[in-house]
Amino acid sequence: MTKTLIRGNEALAEAAIRAGCKAFFGYPITPQNEIPDYMAYHLPLRGGVYLQAESEVSAINMVYGAAGTGTRVMTSSSSPGISLKQEGISYLAAGELPCVIVNVMRCGPGLGGIHPGQGDYFQAVKGGGHGDYRLLVLAPGSVQEMADLTTLAFDLADKWRNPVLILSDGILGQMMEPVEFSPEEGPLAMDKPWATTGAVNRKPNVINTLDIVPESLEKKNYALLAKYERIKREEIRWEEKKISDADLILVAYGTSARVARSAMDLARGKGLKVGLFRPISLFPFPYPQLKRLACRKRQFLVIEMSGGQMLEDVRLAVEGRSKVHFTNRLGGMVPTPQDVLETILKIREGGGPGENSF
Amino acid sequence: MPKGQVIIDSERCKECSLCLTVCPHDVLRISKTINANGYHPVEAALPENCTGCTLCAVICPDLVLTIKRLVPERT
Amino acid sequence: MRTVFKKPRAMTKRPMHYCPGCTHGIIHRLVGEAIDSLGILEETIGVASVGCSVFAYDYFNCDMQQAAHGRAPAVATGIKRVLPQRTVFTYQGDGDLASIGMAEIVHAAARGENITVIFVNNAIYGMTSGQMAPTSLIGQKTTTSPRGRSVKDAGYPIKICELLATLEGPSYLARVSSHDPRHILQAGRAIKKAFRMQKEKRGFALVEVLSTCSVNWGLTPRGAMEWLAENMIPTYPLGVYKDVTAKEGD
Repeated sequence: MTKTLIRGNEALAEAAIRAGCKAFFGYPITPQNEIPDYMAYHLPLRGGVYLQAESEVSAINMVYGAAGTGTRVMTSSSSPGISLKQEGISYLAAGELPCVIVNVMRCGPGLGGIHPGQGDYFQAVKGGGHGDYRLLVLAPGSVQEMADLTTLAFDLADKWRNPVLILSDGILGQMMEPVEFSPEEGPLAMDKPWATTGAVNRKPNVINTLDIVPESLEKKNYALLAKYERIKREEIRWEEKKISDADLILVAYGTSARVARSAMDLARGKGLKVGLFRPISLFPFPYPQLKRLACRKRQFLVIEMSGGQMLEDVRLAVEGRSKVHFTNRLGGMVPTPQDVLETILKIREGGGPGENSF
Repeated sequence: MPKGQVIIDSERCKECSLCLTVCPHDVLRISKTINANGYHPVEAALPENCTGCTLCAVICPDLVLTIKRLVPERT
Repeated sequence: MRTVFKKPRAMTKRPMHYCPGCTHGIIHRLVGEAIDSLGILEETIGVASVGCSVFAYDYFNCDMQQAAHGRAPAVATGIKRVLPQRTVFTYQGDGDLASIGMAEIVHAAARGENITVIFVNNAIYGMTSGQMAPTSLIGQKTTTSPRGRSVKDAGYPIKICELLATLEGPSYLARVSSHDPRHILQAGRAIKKAFRMQKEKRGFALVEVLSTCSVNWGLTPRGAMEWLAENMIPTYPLGVYKDVTAKEGD
């Protein structure tokens, strides 16, 4: 297989088309524009539909309509645009409609800036929209993973009848790396008997999220929760580097994980036993895997481009068995490996920023 | 022999009385009986007057009325 | 004797939840009759909106999707774009279409999206118990315009047909009424035409049906029909606002 040098956003778009994505509804916002640009050019040539919606709100509702027909469908946006989509995402989750949503995160809050950030972690993994629902959330750490996790996202969406969110960021979206693409999938073989495609030789199907009978809605809520529990058992993904002898484990995802890995190499060069734990699925979060690593002799350092959001999940995971430190940059600033190394050295000296929280 | 016949699904009726207001031949009236939803459903008081013109069914919001006719005249 | 009037096949047997005399039931039936007469039940996918007609998915005998408030035209667009051979319609009230969903309806119309929109205008929010709508008349009393809608505070009623008629996208725009049998039959013809336009791939078609809300207007069903004729029609004149087939003598 040959490798293609390609930008992260374009790799994601190409992988989506190869995964059988037949419809894309988007709206311009930086730094994700290369995804709709790529889709607008390529999707109609390859048997799909591209449409620029009048807003992110409309785009996500077009996704709802198309997903309801059983078509593989995607939308992408960046942080403020993803906020606008939250109502629709809640409906998609409630209607159990498979689709892929991409957030190429920028920095916030508000209009914020167009530079990379990771401040949408809570929004992505804890809800974001109203009601008790979860998305499967995948966090790529390279351009190759922008492609691979997109392929996976479509499969998981269909498997679980649930929206899947790809939580990327402005750096991963814009950077170029060589990528090996999966071969293009043939027509989707999966049976979707629930889809609204026209009631030919069957009873009508209804896609609906309204249920005003508490007894019945509670039942549906419990069924959704049971599905999320099964997802937690089956779909945790993560990567470990140099964990076995490490007394300090860096925990980071996405761009921060790339910085953390370089920092780990710098620290190892100084003879420090530092490892890296990179969650790939943010929901389900690898709580058991982190818990297994937690003990009194081992400390953790969480690195994020946010005020400390995944940090809370790491703390939950270690259940107080290990000390958890935190370092970050904000506002579109990206921590450097040197920054992280300095924090590592402080922790080694017994100081460290400690359980810095905001 | 009436020209038309109005068949009433009394359980669907909500006593809105719109059908009464449009019937040109005073076929319909509100009955004294009560249906399961607590409404007095419409009934045919003068069925022999019915021409099957369908006006009552056209304005009925609740699909209460089915109309039969000897010779179709509605276009 | 021959049956000359019965429930359309395109409607389920389920009793409707609407208040006594509510014209939603009439308009549902007209939609059902249009679907029946064109023989398109199996290929039709409907989109219910939010408001009194939120449960429309229970009453139409075809595939249905229930959309978020105001977003039915976007949902319909998503369906129609991936299933262009299917007939897709939305059924929306005035709060849904003319207030929260204004962007969606205007852009679906501007794109000439090949869908059929049934727009039910009763000048009030019925489901939430009678608040002022974007289409409430000047001086109309509602729970949120208790002294009557004032132009100073709430501006003017929105005239959707006139507004959309400025766009090139729509193929058919008509305003009809549901207040008496003659107008109901006329409304039925307009709705059937709006579905036929889609079958003929002519693009966006919308029928605005003036309707009543006797409970929230504080009138009897019959009184509401009269109020509609006397008060709504002068503000919302009936007629065809756009018809790309008019020249063809359709």
